[in-house]
Amino acid sequence: MLSFIVRRLLQSLPIILAVAALIFVMFSVIPGTFASSMSDDGRSVLDAEVMARMNKEFGLDDPVYVRFGKYVSQLATFDLGTSFRTRQPVAHVIADRLWPTAQLAFASMLFAILIGVPLGFVAALRPGSWIDTISMIGAVSGLSLPKFWLGLLLMYLFALMLGWLPSFGYGGGDLRYLILPSIALGVAPLALLARTTRAAVLDIMNADFVRTARSKGMSESKVVRWHLTRNALVIILTTIGLQFGTVIGQAVVIEKLFSWPGLGSLLVDSVTLRDIPVVQGSILVIVLLFLLINMLVDVLCAIIDPRIKYT
Amino acid sequence: MLKKFVITTALALTLSAGAYAETPRKGGTIRFTAPYGSSFANLDIHTSNRAQDEIWAKAIHRSLYKWDANANKAVLDLAKEVKVSDDGLVYTYKLRDDAYFHNGRKMTADDVIWSLTRQMDGAKAYPGARYVRIIKGAIEVEKGQAKEISGLKKIDDSTVEMTLTEKVDPSFNLYQPMLSIYPADEASKDTFATKPIGLGPFKFVEYVPGSRLVAERWEKFYEPGKPYADRITISIMGEAAARDVAFRNKEIDVSILGPTQYVAYKADSELSKGLLEVAEVYTRVMGLNSNFKPFSDKRVRQAINYAIDADLIIKRLVKDKAYRATSWLPISSPAYDKDMKPYPYDPEKAKQLLAEAGYPDGFEFEWTATSNESWGIPIVEAVIPMLEKVGVKVKIKPVEGTVLSEVARSGNYQAFIWSLTSGPDPLTSLKCFHSATPQSACNYTLFKNPEFDKLIDEAAATDDQAKKLENLKKANAILREEVPMWWFNYNKAVMAHQPWLKGLQPNATELAVQNYEDIWVEASSPAK
Repeated sequence: MLSFIVRRLLQSLPIILAVAALIFVMFSVIPGTFASSMSDDGRSVLDAEVMARMNKEFGLDDPVYVRFGKYVSQLATFDLGTSFRTRQPVAHVIADRLWPTAQLAFASMLFAILIGVPLGFVAALRPGSWIDTISMIGAVSGLSLPKFWLGLLLMYLFALMLGWLPSFGYGGGDLRYLILPSIALGVAPLALLARTTRAAVLDIMNADFVRTARSKGMSESKVVRWHLTRNALVIILTTIGLQFGTVIGQAVVIEKLFSWPGLGSLLVDSVTLRDIPVVQGSILVIVLLFLLINMLVDVLCAIIDPRIKYT
Repeated sequence: MLKKFVITTALALTLSAGAYAETPRKGGTIRFTAPYGSSFANLDIHTSNRAQDEIWAKAIHRSLYKWDANANKAVLDLAKEVKVSDDGLVYTYKLRDDAYFHNGRKMTADDVIWSLTRQMDGAKAYPGARYVRIIKGAIEVEKGQAKEISGLKKIDDSTVEMTLTEKVDPSFNLYQPMLSIYPADEASKDTFATKPIGLGPFKFVEYVPGSRLVAERWEKFYEPGKPYADRITISIMGEAAARDVAFRNKEIDVSILGPTQYVAYKADSELSKGLLEVAEVYTRVMGLNSNFKPFSDKRVRQAINYAIDADLIIKRLVKDKAYRATSWLPISSPAYDKDMKPYPYDPEKAKQLLAEAGYPDGFEFEWTATSNESWGIPIVEAVIPMLEKVGVKVKIKPVEGTVLSEVARSGNYQAFIWSLTSGPDPLTSLKCFHSATPQSACNYTLFKNPEFDKLIDEAAATDDQAKKLENLKKANAILREEVPMWWFNYNKAVMAHQPWLKGLQPNATELAVQNYEDIWVEASSPAK
């Protein structure tokens, strides 16, 4: 197992490097600089001298290959550079935003798993029943709903009309602030998990080993517990892993809507203001998280299903 | 008509007398919002020129001058008095002796000199440098030829002498929050970037990046009895729809409104009672590049102004959240000519002018625009059929704000639509059309007119305020006639506020930037 983890980590390196190079190239090509972003609202005119000094201070007047060289050498020493806007190390800027994003991602996935997986199981165990029909209609709807619209709807309903929850903000330790954004972000993975679980369980229910177990007189509860659940878990876990990464990436919309101080809203602001080191750092961290979560899922799958051999 | 005027005036006087009779309440929490993005740049206001950052900075920091919204001018803040030399170049400031930093140390002349000198650090890029450059010797520091600004002298601990390079009113430069006065010794430490210390009415408590900044009443603030509130929380809320819900849910005390919300709030019997409207110093325009052949002809530029029904667009698309522009200077400018008329909507006249200019069949141009709902692509889309009616075809070039700023400075455009600062100082603002001003500064359309230049030069040189205003009005009239831009509208900023929040100021330079010490919270506020 250890060799598998080491190998996966090594395999991730070229992916990370490719992503890093891609982001660098993209932001070298698109027009606009941090200096020009400082007068994008037409309100404050930044004079040419200050703009030139700004470009020099941040090394933006260097040739592309020099900038790329600096970037790669910084990365090699785990230095993500300095933010143009905050003038603080990018690692600090990201660290401030990582925990709120992690809270939101975990809470929304917990919501999705706790409801989506049991719903998928129940629907699969009673195919064609009213609960199956309703839950699958709900799943399709959940996948189709735009997150922004759903978030606004939740705000209106639970904050404005019912007054149960705060409509925006980051409460720190106050979990009430986490509920609405987590639901808004968790509905899509919930729907996908319900559908995937249903399909996986239905598939396994028709497998030879399940039929054999039943013919040998094994009770239905034991069939579900020992055969269906265990075998379906591999597919469910893989879906959870993929959805975790998606949730972190899609948190942008929800974070902006609920004024949640996460990595997503930081990324959007940094792209708009051309704070390139923060954009590069944030995307790298998101990619890294995605890779780590999926590696963890692979490890868990191997533990659950000993037939899986990783080479 | 006269009767109506008398009744209205009497009513207004009664209401304002009522307002003055209100006694500010001490205590409570102001729950302000920062609506222009999802974060603040950092906690060093010297590094940012953005309104979003000025919103928090006004709670913590203070500059030599502050903007008095009711008087519509900059007034002394950290200085008690200023003496100006006969030649108008030397300003001697007597600083307040009751201004204390949040660490308890008294402000001195050294702090003022250090803060202004910092702006000129040639190795860094402080946006405030352009405002300090009016001080003699500042450019030498910027170029690394000197360590100290020769035009800034400490006479004693509470007196600073400032020598200017030219005769200008420094108040328009020195009221800027990005020129806030820092404590010289403490500001050099690394901790200052995370725990700012200022001279403002509130003392820093907490900052959650991307979420909120909290500050509490500074007991030693120099204005007696102020600030009224015990605490201020500034929530970062870039999303208008989310602000709307939070405002209606009484979770925030103020919200800046866009056109759609403005209509909804005006139609609501309760919400409409708490709307503060002001004509801000922003002019929305279509810049016409004089290097693009058709736009080099004044008749074509005038034809564009005649061909567009600006009133209709303001009514239908901007939802009346704007005032029709007549020329460059906005309504709140002291040099605004209220008798000046805008170009009427007259497509026939436009066609005639185009024919005279040699374009009887029209022409085609590329129009660079962002997605902004009040001065972006939605407006361009409404204008396109109007221009087509007179034979002018438009191709939209969509860009981001960052790119628009770059395009306008480089002249790499045929036409652009933007919202530009046109105040508060009419002289500085009109200088953007002086032929000596480069395109990379703010003469985006490369406007050149000898008569205009002469009027501006004379206005800058004279001590006669009446003559100065007269010249500026004439210069503004030349811009109306020469139309280097399509004069679209002046922004009407609208702030919705809860009934318990009092003392908000109609700040024409930026409504979202307030002097918080003047605001108080009635006991009916749900905030603890």
